[in-house]
Amino acid sequence: LVFTEEDKYGLYSNLLFKYFLAEGIVCGHDLFVASAKEHPDNILKELPAPLLDDTHRKELGNEAATVKSEDFQDSMKIAWRYQNLPKMETSPTTHTKFGHYYDVSKKMSPELYQSVKWHSFYLHEELSFEPKMKAWNINSGYARLLQSIQRIISQEGFDGSDPQKKTRSVLRIGIQSLGSILWGDDICCSDPPEDPHSLTKFLYALRGLLRKSLSACIITVPAYLIQNKTIMERVTNLSDMVVGLESFIGSERETNPLYKDYHGLVHVHQIPRLNSLICDVSDTKDLAFRLKRKLFTIEQLHLPPDLSDTVSRASKQDLAGSAKLLSSGCGTMAMGKRHLDF
Amino acid sequence: QGKFTLLRDSRTDGSFLVHHFLSFYLRAGCKVCFVALLQSFSHYSIVAQKLGVSLAAAKERGQLVFLEGLKCCLDVLFGEEEQPEQPSPLQFLSSCELRALFDFVRLSLAPGERDSWRGPVLLVDDLSVLLSLGVAPVAVLDFMHYCRMSVCCQLQGNVVVLVHSNEDSEDEENNLVVNSLCHHSDLILWAEGLATGFCKDVHGQIKIIKRLSLQLAEEQDLVQTYHYKIQDRNVTFFAPGLSAAVL
Repeated sequence: LVFTEEDKYGLYSNLLFKYFLAEGIVCGHDLFVASAKEHPDNILKELPAPLLDDTHRKELGNEAATVKSEDFQDSMKIAWRYQNLPKMETSPTTHTKFGHYYDVSKKMSPELYQSVKWHSFYLHEELSFEPKMKAWNINSGYARLLQSIQRIISQEGFDGSDPQKKTRSVLRIGIQSLGSILWGDDICCSDPPEDPHSLTKFLYALRGLLRKSLSACIITVPAYLIQNKTIMERVTNLSDMVVGLESFIGSERETNPLYKDYHGLVHVHQIPRLNSLICDVSDTKDLAFRLKRKLFTIEQLHLPPDLSDTVSRASKQDLAGSAKLLSSGCGTMAMGKRHLDF
Repeated sequence: QGKFTLLRDSRTDGSFLVHHFLSFYLRAGCKVCFVALLQSFSHYSIVAQKLGVSLAAAKERGQLVFLEGLKCCLDVLFGEEEQPEQPSPLQFLSSCELRALFDFVRLSLAPGERDSWRGPVLLVDDLSVLLSLGVAPVAVLDFMHYCRMSVCCQLQGNVVVLVHSNEDSEDEENNLVVNSLCHHSDLILWAEGLATGFCKDVHGQIKIIKRLSLQLAEEQDLVQTYHYKIQDRNVTFFAPGLSAAVL
Protein backbone atom coordinates (compact mmCIF):
# COMPACT_ATOMS: atom_id res chain seq x y z
CA LEU A 1 0.00 0.00 0.00
CA VAL A 2 1.79 3.08 -1.23
CA PHE A 3 0.60 6.23 0.38
CA THR A 4 1.53 9.54 -1.21
CA GLU A 5 1.11 12.88 0.43
CA GLU A 6 0.20 15.35 -2.22
CA ASP A 7 2.05 18.53 -2.80
CA LYS A 8 0.28 21.79 -2.56
CA TYR A 9 -1.13 22.12 -6.01
CA GLY A 10 -1.38 18.48 -6.76
CA LEU A 11 0.71 18.76 -9.88
CA TYR A 12 3.48 16.38 -9.09
CA SER A 13 1.57 13.82 -7.14
CA ASN A 14 -0.80 13.51 -10.06
CA LEU A 15 2.21 12.79 -12.19
CA LEU A 16 3.33 10.02 -9.90
CA PHE A 17 -0.15 8.60 -9.90
CA LYS A 18 -0.25 8.53 -13.67
CA TYR A 19 3.16 6.91 -13.84
CA PHE A 20 1.90 4.10 -11.65
CA LEU A 21 -1.08 3.51 -13.88
CA ALA A 22 0.93 3.80 -17.07
CA GLU A 23 3.42 1.26 -15.81
CA GLY A 24 0.53 -1.04 -15.16
CA ILE A 25 -0.69 -0.75 -18.69
CA VAL A 26 2.70 -1.35 -20.19
CA CYS A 27 3.20 -4.43 -18.02
CA GLY A 28 -0.19 -5.75 -18.91
CA HIS A 29 -1.68 -5.46 -15.47
CA ASP A 30 -5.32 -4.76 -14.89
CA LEU A 31 -6.25 -1.39 -13.55
CA PHE A 32 -8.76 -0.03 -11.15
CA VAL A 33 -8.98 3.72 -11.00
CA ALA A 34 -11.05 5.53 -8.44
CA SER A 35 -11.55 9.20 -8.08
CA ALA A 36 -14.01 11.71 -6.85
CA LYS A 37 -12.39 14.58 -8.64
CA GLU A 38 -11.94 13.65 -12.27
CA HIS A 39 -13.69 11.03 -14.24
CA PRO A 40 -11.42 8.01 -14.57
CA ASP A 41 -11.83 8.04 -18.34
CA ASN A 42 -10.17 11.42 -18.44
CA ILE A 43 -7.42 10.25 -16.18
CA LEU A 44 -6.66 7.39 -18.50
CA LYS A 45 -6.50 9.65 -21.52
CA GLU A 46 -3.86 11.76 -19.85
CA LEU A 47 -1.38 9.03 -19.11
CA PRO A 48 2.12 9.63 -20.39
CA ALA A 49 3.30 7.66 -23.36
CA PRO A 50 6.00 5.09 -22.83
CA LEU A 51 9.31 5.85 -24.35
CA LEU A 52 10.59 3.54 -26.96
CA ASP A 53 13.48 1.83 -25.39
CA ASP A 54 16.07 2.33 -28.08
CA THR A 55 16.08 6.06 -28.58
CA HIS A 56 15.98 6.94 -24.94
CA ARG A 57 18.61 4.54 -23.89
CA LYS A 58 20.86 5.80 -26.57
CA GLU A 59 20.46 9.32 -25.32
CA LEU A 60 21.19 8.36 -21.78
CA GLY A 61 24.04 6.22 -22.91
CA ASN A 62 25.66 9.10 -24.75
CA GLU A 63 25.42 11.40 -21.83
CA ALA A 64 26.81 8.94 -19.42
CA ALA A 65 29.65 8.02 -21.74
CA THR A 66 30.84 11.57 -22.23
CA VAL A 67 30.77 12.29 -18.56
CA LYS A 68 32.70 9.20 -17.72
CA SER A 69 35.49 9.79 -20.21
CA GLU A 70 36.15 13.27 -18.90
CA ASP A 71 36.25 12.36 -15.27
CA PHE A 72 38.54 9.47 -15.73
CA GLN A 73 41.53 11.60 -16.47
CA ASP A 74 41.17 13.93 -13.55
CA SER A 75 42.53 12.66 -10.37
CA MET A 76 41.76 14.65 -7.39
CA LYS A 77 44.53 16.77 -6.01
CA ILE A 78 43.19 18.30 -2.88
CA ALA A 79 40.35 16.08 -1.84
CA TRP A 80 42.20 12.91 -2.71
CA ARG A 81 40.62 11.01 0.10
CA TYR A 82 37.36 11.10 -1.78
CA GLN A 83 38.85 9.54 -4.84
CA ASN A 84 37.90 6.10 -3.74
CA LEU A 85 34.30 6.79 -3.10
CA PRO A 86 31.94 5.51 -5.76
CA LYS A 87 30.67 8.15 -8.09
CA MET A 88 27.24 9.29 -7.18
CA GLU A 89 24.81 8.37 -9.81
CA THR A 90 22.20 10.94 -10.23
CA SER A 91 20.25 9.63 -13.15
CA PRO A 92 19.07 6.10 -13.71
CA THR A 93 21.79 4.09 -15.32
CA THR A 94 21.44 2.33 -18.56
CA HIS A 95 21.89 -1.02 -16.89
CA THR A 96 18.68 -1.10 -14.99
CA LYS A 97 15.88 -2.87 -16.74
CA PHE A 98 13.40 -2.41 -13.99
CA GLY A 99 10.37 -0.54 -15.12
CA HIS A 100 9.91 1.66 -18.10
CA TYR A 101 10.47 5.28 -18.91
CA TYR A 102 7.76 7.62 -19.94
CA ASP A 103 7.59 10.75 -21.97
CA VAL A 104 5.55 13.28 -20.11
CA SER A 105 4.94 15.51 -23.07
CA LYS A 106 3.09 12.89 -25.04
CA LYS A 107 -0.12 11.13 -24.20
CA MET A 108 -0.56 7.43 -24.28
CA SER A 109 -2.25 6.13 -27.38
CA PRO A 110 -5.81 4.84 -26.95
CA GLU A 111 -4.95 1.46 -28.41
CA LEU A 112 -2.43 0.89 -25.70
CA TYR A 113 -4.64 1.61 -22.77
CA GLN A 114 -7.54 -0.16 -24.21
CA SER A 115 -5.50 -3.30 -24.46
CA VAL A 116 -5.79 -3.94 -20.76
CA LYS A 117 -8.87 -4.48 -18.75
CA TRP A 118 -9.61 -1.56 -16.55
CA HIS A 119 -12.31 -0.76 -14.08
CA SER A 120 -13.29 2.62 -12.88
CA PHE A 121 -14.99 4.05 -9.89
CA TYR A 122 -16.19 7.60 -10.13
CA LEU A 123 -17.85 8.50 -6.89
CA HIS A 124 -20.49 10.71 -8.30
CA GLU A 125 -21.72 8.04 -10.65
CA GLU A 126 -21.92 5.42 -7.96
CA LEU A 127 -24.11 7.33 -5.62
CA SER A 128 -27.15 5.38 -6.54
CA PHE A 129 -25.87 2.11 -5.13
CA GLU A 130 -26.47 1.53 -1.49
CA PRO A 131 -23.54 -0.03 0.36
CA LYS A 132 -24.41 -3.46 1.58
CA MET A 133 -21.88 -3.53 4.32
CA LYS A 134 -23.28 -4.02 7.73
CA ALA A 135 -23.26 -1.17 10.17
CA TRP A 136 -19.61 -0.38 10.27
CA ASN A 137 -19.91 3.32 10.81
CA ILE A 138 -17.82 4.28 7.90
CA ASN A 139 -18.26 7.06 5.43
CA SER A 140 -20.55 5.85 2.67
CA GLY A 141 -18.23 6.94 -0.11
CA TYR A 142 -15.46 4.79 1.30
CA ALA A 143 -17.86 1.94 1.88
CA ARG A 144 -18.90 1.94 -1.73
CA LEU A 145 -15.32 2.06 -2.90
CA LEU A 146 -14.40 -0.86 -0.68
CA GLN A 147 -17.31 -2.86 -1.90
CA SER A 148 -16.45 -2.12 -5.49
CA ILE A 149 -12.83 -3.16 -5.03
CA GLN A 150 -13.81 -6.33 -3.27
CA ARG A 151 -16.27 -7.18 -6.00
CA ILE A 152 -13.68 -6.74 -8.73
CA ILE A 153 -11.11 -8.76 -6.84
CA SER A 154 -13.40 -11.70 -6.36
CA GLN A 155 -14.99 -11.50 -9.78
CA GLU A 156 -11.75 -11.33 -11.66
CA GLY A 157 -10.13 -13.95 -9.55
CA PHE A 158 -7.25 -11.94 -8.12
CA ASP A 159 -7.66 -13.55 -4.75
CA GLY A 160 -7.38 -17.08 -5.99
CA SER A 161 -10.75 -18.01 -4.59
CA ASP A 162 -12.04 -19.44 -7.81
CA PRO A 163 -9.65 -22.10 -9.05
CA GLN A 164 -11.00 -21.89 -12.56
CA LYS A 165 -10.01 -18.33 -13.13
CA LYS A 166 -6.30 -18.50 -13.51
CA THR A 167 -5.27 -14.91 -13.59
CA ARG A 168 -1.55 -14.46 -13.60
CA SER A 169 -1.85 -10.77 -13.67
CA VAL A 170 -1.80 -8.17 -10.99
CA LEU A 171 -4.42 -5.59 -10.21
CA ARG A 172 -3.12 -2.07 -9.83
CA ILE A 173 -5.42 0.14 -7.85
CA GLY A 174 -5.10 3.87 -7.95
CA ILE A 175 -7.17 6.09 -5.69
CA GLN A 176 -6.91 9.79 -6.17
CA SER A 177 -7.27 12.42 -3.51
CA LEU A 178 -8.64 10.23 -0.79
CA GLY A 179 -9.74 12.06 2.28
CA SER A 180 -10.61 15.20 0.43
CA ILE A 181 -13.97 16.72 0.90
CA LEU A 182 -15.16 15.35 -2.42
CA TRP A 183 -15.35 11.92 -0.81
CA GLY A 184 -17.65 13.22 1.86
CA ASP A 185 -15.02 13.19 4.55
CA ASP A 186 -14.42 16.30 6.54
CA ILE A 187 -10.96 15.60 7.89
CA CYS A 188 -9.56 18.20 5.58
CA CYS A 189 -11.72 21.01 6.76
CA SER A 190 -12.54 20.60 10.39
CA ASP A 191 -10.51 19.77 13.42
CA PRO A 192 -11.65 17.74 15.27
CA PRO A 193 -13.46 15.99 12.46
CA GLU A 194 -16.80 14.43 12.96
CA ASP A 195 -15.73 10.93 12.12
CA PRO A 196 -11.99 10.58 12.57
CA HIS A 197 -11.99 6.86 12.08
CA SER A 198 -13.47 6.49 8.62
CA LEU A 199 -10.24 6.89 6.73
CA THR A 200 -8.28 4.60 9.01
CA LYS A 201 -10.95 1.93 8.94
CA PHE A 202 -11.04 2.14 5.18
CA LEU A 203 -7.28 1.76 4.99
CA TYR A 204 -7.33 -1.23 7.30
CA ALA A 205 -9.94 -3.00 5.21
CA LEU A 206 -8.09 -2.08 2.03
CA ARG A 207 -4.89 -3.48 3.49
CA GLY A 208 -6.74 -6.71 4.19
CA LEU A 209 -7.96 -6.86 0.59
CA LEU A 210 -4.50 -6.17 -0.78
CA ARG A 211 -2.86 -8.81 1.35
CA LYS A 212 -5.39 -11.35 0.28
CA SER A 213 -5.06 -10.78 -3.43
CA LEU A 214 -2.54 -10.06 -6.13
CA SER A 215 -2.84 -6.35 -6.11
CA ALA A 216 -0.96 -3.19 -5.34
CA CYS A 217 -2.39 0.18 -4.58
CA ILE A 218 -1.34 3.77 -4.67
CA ILE A 219 -3.31 6.42 -2.84
CA THR A 220 -2.78 10.12 -2.99
CA VAL A 221 -3.99 12.25 -0.15
CA PRO A 222 -3.97 16.00 0.25
CA ALA A 223 -2.03 15.77 3.46
CA TYR A 224 -1.35 19.47 3.67
CA LEU A 225 -5.05 20.06 4.23
CA ILE A 226 -5.44 17.60 7.04
CA GLN A 227 -5.14 19.56 10.24
CA ASN A 228 -5.36 16.65 12.56
CA LYS A 229 -1.91 15.11 12.91
CA THR A 230 -3.25 12.12 14.75
CA ILE A 231 -4.91 10.86 11.64
CA MET A 232 -1.72 11.21 9.61
CA GLU A 233 0.23 9.25 12.19
CA ARG A 234 -2.29 6.46 12.25
CA VAL A 235 -2.46 6.37 8.50
CA THR A 236 1.31 6.10 8.32
CA ASN A 237 1.21 3.10 10.60
CA LEU A 238 -1.38 1.42 8.43
CA SER A 239 0.46 1.86 5.12
CA ASP A 240 3.44 -0.01 3.82
CA MET A 241 5.16 2.85 2.10
CA VAL A 242 4.66 6.53 2.66
CA VAL A 243 6.11 9.12 0.35
CA GLY A 244 5.55 12.81 0.60
CA LEU A 245 6.05 15.25 -2.21
CA GLU A 246 6.86 18.81 -1.42
CA SER A 247 6.97 21.13 -4.33
CA PHE A 248 8.68 24.46 -4.28
CA ILE A 249 5.97 26.33 -6.09
CA GLY A 250 4.88 29.31 -4.14
CA SER A 251 7.16 28.69 -1.21
CA GLU A 252 10.29 30.53 -0.32
CA ARG A 253 12.39 27.66 -1.45
CA GLU A 254 11.58 28.39 -5.07
CA THR A 255 14.00 31.26 -5.10
CA ASN A 256 16.51 29.70 -2.81
CA PRO A 257 19.65 29.26 -4.90
CA LEU A 258 20.43 26.01 -3.19
CA TYR A 259 17.46 24.38 -4.78
CA LYS A 260 17.58 25.96 -8.18
CA ASP A 261 17.90 22.75 -10.12
CA TYR A 262 14.98 21.04 -8.59
CA HIS A 263 11.26 21.42 -8.46
CA GLY A 264 10.63 19.80 -5.18
CA LEU A 265 11.65 17.35 -2.53
CA VAL A 266 10.71 13.79 -1.96
CA HIS A 267 10.31 12.70 1.62
CA VAL A 268 10.31 9.01 2.17
CA HIS A 269 8.64 8.56 5.50
CA GLN A 270 8.37 4.85 5.55
CA ILE A 271 9.54 1.95 3.46
CA PRO A 272 7.91 -1.43 3.39
CA ARG A 273 9.32 -4.10 5.59
CA LEU A 274 7.53 -7.10 4.27
CA ASN A 275 8.56 -10.68 4.70
CA SER A 276 11.87 -9.92 6.28
CA LEU A 277 13.43 -8.39 9.33
CA ILE A 278 15.20 -5.67 7.47
CA CYS A 279 14.21 -3.34 4.75
CA ASP A 280 16.15 -2.07 1.82
CA VAL A 281 17.48 1.17 3.12
CA SER A 282 19.24 3.27 0.58
CA ASP A 283 22.34 5.22 1.30
CA THR A 284 20.77 8.56 1.50
CA LYS A 285 17.33 9.73 2.33
CA ASP A 286 17.50 13.08 0.63
CA LEU A 287 15.77 12.94 -2.66
CA ALA A 288 14.55 15.70 -4.86
CA PHE A 289 12.57 15.66 -8.04
CA ARG A 290 12.55 17.74 -11.15
CA LEU A 291 10.30 17.90 -14.11
CA LYS A 292 12.19 18.37 -17.32
CA ARG A 293 10.35 18.79 -20.56
CA LYS A 294 10.08 15.10 -21.15
CA LEU A 295 11.11 13.39 -18.00
CA PHE A 296 10.20 13.41 -14.39
CA THR A 297 13.22 12.34 -12.41
CA ILE A 298 13.89 11.70 -8.78
CA GLU A 299 17.49 12.12 -7.77
CA GLN A 300 19.65 12.39 -4.76
CA LEU A 301 19.75 15.88 -3.52
CA HIS A 302 22.97 17.63 -4.37
CA LEU A 303 23.67 20.94 -2.87
CA PRO A 304 25.90 23.05 -5.06
CA PRO A 305 29.07 24.23 -3.35
CA ASP A 306 28.51 27.16 -1.12
CA LEU A 307 30.43 29.81 -2.96
CA SER A 308 28.45 32.91 -2.28
CA ASP A 309 29.87 35.72 -0.21
CA THR A 310 26.80 36.39 1.77
CA VAL A 311 26.15 33.13 3.43
CA SER A 312 23.26 33.80 5.68
CA ARG A 313 22.98 31.89 8.89
CA ALA A 314 19.24 31.78 8.50
CA SER A 315 19.21 29.67 5.41
CA LYS A 316 21.62 27.15 6.91
CA GLN A 317 19.56 26.82 10.00
CA ASP A 318 16.47 26.52 7.97
CA LEU A 319 18.01 23.59 6.18
CA ALA A 320 19.14 21.82 9.28
CA GLY A 321 15.91 22.54 11.00
CA SER A 322 13.87 21.16 8.21
CA ALA A 323 15.93 18.03 8.43
CA LYS A 324 17.39 17.76 4.98
CA LEU A 325 20.99 17.53 3.97
CA LEU A 326 24.04 18.78 5.76
CA SER A 327 26.36 20.27 3.24
CA SER A 328 29.21 17.96 4.07
CA GLY A 329 27.52 15.42 1.89
CA CYS A 330 27.59 12.65 4.44
CA GLY A 331 23.93 12.02 4.02
CA THR A 332 22.70 11.93 7.56
CA MET A 333 19.21 13.09 8.20
CA ALA A 334 18.85 15.00 11.41
CA MET A 335 15.63 14.10 13.05
CA GLY A 336 16.13 15.90 16.28
CA LYS A 337 16.85 19.55 16.07
CA ARG A 338 18.54 19.74 19.38
CA HIS A 339 21.37 17.40 18.79
CA LEU A 340 23.06 18.72 15.75
CA ASP A 341 23.63 22.39 15.96
CA PHE A 342 26.18 24.08 13.83
CA GLN B 1 6.29 -16.41 34.50
CA GLY B 2 3.37 -14.08 34.92
CA LYS B 3 5.11 -11.12 33.36
CA PHE B 4 3.75 -8.33 31.26
CA THR B 5 6.22 -7.06 28.70
CA LEU B 6 5.62 -3.93 26.73
CA LEU B 7 7.34 -3.42 23.40
CA ARG B 8 7.39 0.15 22.42
CA ASP B 9 8.78 1.86 19.36
CA SER B 10 9.29 5.49 18.52
CA ARG B 11 10.34 6.80 15.13
CA THR B 12 11.34 3.37 14.01
CA ASP B 13 9.86 -0.02 13.49
CA GLY B 14 10.00 -2.32 16.47
CA SER B 15 8.46 -5.31 14.81
CA PHE B 16 11.75 -7.21 14.89
CA LEU B 17 11.11 -7.60 18.61
CA VAL B 18 7.79 -9.22 17.91
CA HIS B 19 9.40 -11.71 15.55
CA HIS B 20 12.01 -12.45 18.16
CA PHE B 21 9.52 -13.12 20.93
CA LEU B 22 7.37 -15.24 18.68
CA SER B 23 10.18 -17.57 17.73
CA PHE B 24 11.61 -17.48 21.24
CA TYR B 25 8.45 -18.65 22.93
CA LEU B 26 7.69 -21.23 20.28
CA ARG B 27 11.14 -22.71 20.62
CA ALA B 28 10.74 -22.76 24.40
CA GLY B 29 7.67 -24.90 24.03
CA CYS B 30 5.06 -22.46 25.23
CA LYS B 31 1.56 -22.25 23.92
CA VAL B 32 1.24 -18.96 22.08
CA CYS B 33 -1.82 -17.00 21.13
CA PHE B 34 -0.77 -14.42 18.57
CA VAL B 35 -3.14 -11.61 17.76
CA ALA B 36 -1.67 -10.22 14.55
CA LEU B 37 -3.62 -7.17 13.56
CA LEU B 38 -1.36 -5.55 11.06
CA GLN B 39 0.33 -8.13 8.87
CA SER B 40 -0.61 -11.34 7.20
CA PHE B 41 0.28 -14.82 8.32
CA SER B 42 2.71 -15.37 5.49
CA HIS B 43 4.78 -12.35 6.50
CA TYR B 44 5.40 -13.72 9.99
CA SER B 45 5.84 -17.19 8.63
CA ILE B 46 8.59 -16.19 6.24
CA VAL B 47 10.51 -14.26 8.87
CA ALA B 48 10.09 -17.03 11.41
CA GLN B 49 11.54 -19.48 8.94
CA LYS B 50 14.65 -17.35 8.72
CA LEU B 51 14.81 -17.45 12.48
CA GLY B 52 14.46 -21.20 12.48
CA VAL B 53 10.85 -21.78 13.49
CA SER B 54 8.00 -23.02 11.35
CA LEU B 55 4.74 -21.30 12.12
CA ALA B 56 2.66 -23.63 10.02
CA ALA B 57 3.95 -26.65 11.90
CA ALA B 58 3.34 -24.96 15.22
CA LYS B 59 -0.19 -24.22 14.18
CA GLU B 60 -0.76 -27.83 13.16
CA ARG B 61 0.29 -29.25 16.46
CA GLY B 62 -1.79 -26.74 18.32
CA GLN B 63 1.06 -24.81 19.87
CA LEU B 64 0.21 -21.61 18.05
CA VAL B 65 -3.19 -19.99 17.79
CA PHE B 66 -2.95 -17.30 15.15
CA LEU B 67 -5.55 -14.62 14.75
CA GLU B 68 -5.05 -12.90 11.45
CA GLY B 69 -6.76 -9.59 11.94
CA LEU B 70 -6.82 -8.53 8.32
CA LYS B 71 -8.50 -11.71 7.17
CA CYS B 72 -11.05 -11.69 9.99
CA CYS B 73 -11.88 -8.12 9.22
CA LEU B 74 -12.78 -9.01 5.66
CA ASP B 75 -14.92 -11.88 6.87
CA VAL B 76 -16.80 -9.54 9.16
CA LEU B 77 -17.29 -6.95 6.46
CA PHE B 78 -18.00 -9.00 3.40
CA GLY B 79 -19.00 -12.34 4.77
CA GLU B 80 -22.45 -13.71 5.20
CA GLU B 81 -24.39 -13.34 8.40
CA GLU B 82 -22.56 -14.98 11.24
CA GLN B 83 -24.21 -17.12 13.85
CA PRO B 84 -24.95 -15.26 17.05
CA GLU B 85 -23.43 -17.94 19.27
CA GLN B 86 -20.04 -17.63 17.64
CA PRO B 87 -19.24 -14.01 17.26
CA SER B 88 -16.10 -13.24 15.35
CA PRO B 89 -13.22 -12.03 17.51
CA LEU B 90 -13.18 -8.87 15.46
CA GLN B 91 -16.70 -8.06 16.44
CA PHE B 92 -15.44 -4.75 17.69
CA LEU B 93 -15.39 -3.46 14.17
CA SER B 94 -19.10 -2.97 14.37
CA SER B 95 -19.71 -2.83 18.05
CA CYS B 96 -16.55 -1.09 19.30
CA GLU B 97 -16.36 -3.52 22.15
CA LEU B 98 -13.50 -5.90 22.75
CA ARG B 99 -15.35 -8.53 24.70
CA ALA B 100 -15.37 -11.02 21.85
CA LEU B 101 -11.63 -10.59 21.33
CA PHE B 102 -10.97 -11.25 24.97
CA ASP B 103 -13.12 -14.37 24.91
CA PHE B 104 -11.15 -15.59 21.94
CA VAL B 105 -7.88 -15.09 23.78
CA ARG B 106 -9.12 -16.73 26.93
CA LEU B 107 -10.47 -19.75 25.13
CA SER B 108 -7.39 -20.28 23.05
CA LEU B 109 -5.05 -20.16 26.01
CA ALA B 110 -7.19 -22.21 28.36
CA PRO B 111 -5.29 -25.39 29.20
CA GLY B 112 -6.68 -28.47 27.52
CA GLU B 113 -6.44 -32.02 28.86
CA ARG B 114 -3.86 -33.19 26.39
CA ASP B 115 -1.79 -30.05 26.42
CA SER B 116 1.74 -30.42 27.59
CA TRP B 117 2.98 -26.98 26.81
CA ARG B 118 4.84 -24.83 29.27
CA GLY B 119 3.14 -21.56 30.23
CA PRO B 120 0.73 -19.76 27.90
CA VAL B 121 1.80 -16.60 26.14
CA LEU B 122 -0.27 -13.85 24.59
CA LEU B 123 1.41 -11.78 21.89
CA VAL B 124 -0.27 -8.73 20.36
CA ASP B 125 0.90 -6.83 17.27
CA ASP B 126 -0.01 -4.10 17.54
CA LEU B 127 -2.28 -2.43 19.99
CA SER B 128 -2.26 1.02 18.44
CA VAL B 129 -4.22 -0.28 15.47
CA LEU B 130 -7.24 -0.83 17.69
CA LEU B 131 -7.45 2.88 18.27
CA SER B 132 -7.41 3.50 14.53
CA LEU B 133 -10.34 1.18 14.18
CA GLY B 134 -12.59 3.20 16.37
CA VAL B 135 -12.14 1.54 19.74
CA ALA B 136 -12.05 3.88 22.71
CA PRO B 137 -8.76 4.00 24.65
CA VAL B 138 -10.51 3.01 27.85
CA ALA B 139 -11.83 -0.11 26.16
CA VAL B 140 -8.32 -0.99 25.03
CA LEU B 141 -6.99 -0.58 28.54
CA ASP B 142 -9.80 -2.68 29.94
CA PHE B 143 -9.06 -5.38 27.45
CA MET B 144 -5.37 -5.42 28.40
CA HIS B 145 -6.31 -5.50 32.05
CA TYR B 146 -8.58 -8.49 31.55
CA CYS B 147 -5.90 -10.24 29.53
CA ARG B 148 -3.31 -9.62 32.18
CA MET B 149 -5.55 -10.90 34.90
CA SER B 150 -6.45 -14.04 33.09
CA VAL B 151 -3.10 -14.83 31.46
CA CYS B 152 -0.55 -13.54 33.96
CA CYS B 153 -2.34 -14.10 37.22
CA GLN B 154 -4.64 -17.04 36.67
CA LEU B 155 -2.65 -19.00 34.14
CA GLN B 156 0.83 -17.81 35.15
CA GLY B 157 1.62 -16.98 31.57
CA ASN B 158 3.27 -14.01 29.89
CA VAL B 159 1.84 -11.20 27.86
CA VAL B 160 3.84 -9.28 25.25
CA VAL B 161 2.30 -6.29 23.55
CA LEU B 162 3.62 -3.91 20.89
CA VAL B 163 2.58 -0.28 20.77
CA HIS B 164 3.75 2.64 18.71
CA SER B 165 4.51 5.93 20.30
CA ASN B 166 6.22 9.11 19.31
CA GLU B 167 7.46 11.62 21.77
CA ASP B 168 6.02 14.59 19.97
CA SER B 169 2.94 12.81 18.85
CA GLU B 170 -0.38 14.56 18.93
CA ASP B 171 -2.29 11.37 19.23
CA GLU B 172 -3.71 11.85 22.70
CA GLU B 173 -5.53 8.56 22.84
CA ASN B 174 -2.43 6.63 21.92
CA ASN B 175 -0.36 8.49 24.49
CA LEU B 176 -2.90 7.67 27.13
CA VAL B 177 -2.83 3.98 26.33
CA VAL B 178 0.94 3.82 26.12
CA ASN B 179 1.57 5.68 29.35
CA SER B 180 -0.91 3.61 31.22
CA LEU B 181 0.56 0.38 29.94
CA CYS B 182 4.05 1.56 30.82
CA HIS B 183 3.03 1.96 34.41
CA HIS B 184 1.72 -1.56 34.60
CA SER B 185 4.40 -3.47 32.78
CA ASP B 186 7.15 -5.49 34.35
CA LEU B 187 9.55 -5.04 31.48
CA ILE B 188 9.67 -2.38 28.80
CA LEU B 189 11.68 -2.75 25.62
CA TRP B 190 11.79 0.60 23.92
CA ALA B 191 13.20 0.75 20.40
CA GLU B 192 13.95 4.22 19.19
CA GLY B 193 15.50 5.79 16.18
CA LEU B 194 18.81 7.43 16.90
CA ALA B 195 18.51 10.97 18.11
CA THR B 196 21.21 12.10 15.75
CA GLY B 197 19.51 10.87 12.66
CA PHE B 198 19.63 8.08 10.19
CA CYS B 199 22.64 5.83 10.06
CA LYS B 200 23.37 2.82 7.92
CA ASP B 201 25.25 0.81 10.51
CA VAL B 202 23.26 1.44 13.59
CA HIS B 203 19.56 1.10 13.04
CA GLY B 204 18.48 2.34 16.38
CA GLN B 205 18.76 2.20 20.06
CA ILE B 206 16.92 -0.01 22.47
CA LYS B 207 16.27 0.73 26.10
CA ILE B 208 15.56 -2.14 28.40
CA ILE B 209 13.71 -1.05 31.49
CA LYS B 210 13.23 -3.58 34.27
CA ARG B 211 10.57 -2.25 36.51
CA LEU B 212 11.89 -3.31 39.83
CA SER B 213 9.95 -0.52 41.48
CA LEU B 214 6.81 -2.53 40.99
CA GLN B 215 7.99 -5.31 43.22
CA LEU B 216 9.92 -3.55 45.94
CA ALA B 217 9.10 -0.06 47.02
CA GLU B 218 12.66 1.22 47.43
CA GLU B 219 14.12 -0.15 44.20
CA GLN B 220 14.73 2.03 41.18
CA ASP B 221 13.97 0.86 37.71
CA LEU B 222 16.97 -0.57 35.97
CA VAL B 223 17.57 1.02 32.58
CA GLN B 224 20.03 -0.37 30.07
CA THR B 225 20.67 1.13 26.66
CA TYR B 226 22.09 -0.64 23.65
CA HIS B 227 22.41 0.11 19.99
CA TYR B 228 21.34 -2.43 17.48
CA LYS B 229 21.68 -3.32 13.87
CA ILE B 230 19.18 -5.52 12.12
CA GLN B 231 20.44 -8.10 9.68
CA ASP B 232 18.67 -10.63 7.61
CA ARG B 233 18.55 -13.38 10.18
CA ASN B 234 19.31 -11.77 13.46
CA VAL B 235 19.86 -8.56 15.28
CA THR B 236 23.17 -7.61 16.82
CA PHE B 237 23.30 -5.54 19.94
CA PHE B 238 26.25 -3.55 21.15
CA ALA B 239 27.00 -0.85 23.61
CA PRO B 240 26.43 2.69 22.40
CA GLY B 241 29.34 3.97 20.41
CA LEU B 242 30.87 0.61 19.79
CA SER B 243 29.34 -0.21 16.44
CA ALA B 244 31.45 -2.38 14.19
CA ALA B 245 31.69 0.43 11.71
CA VAL B 246 33.45 2.61 14.22
CA LEU B 247 35.90 0.17 15.70
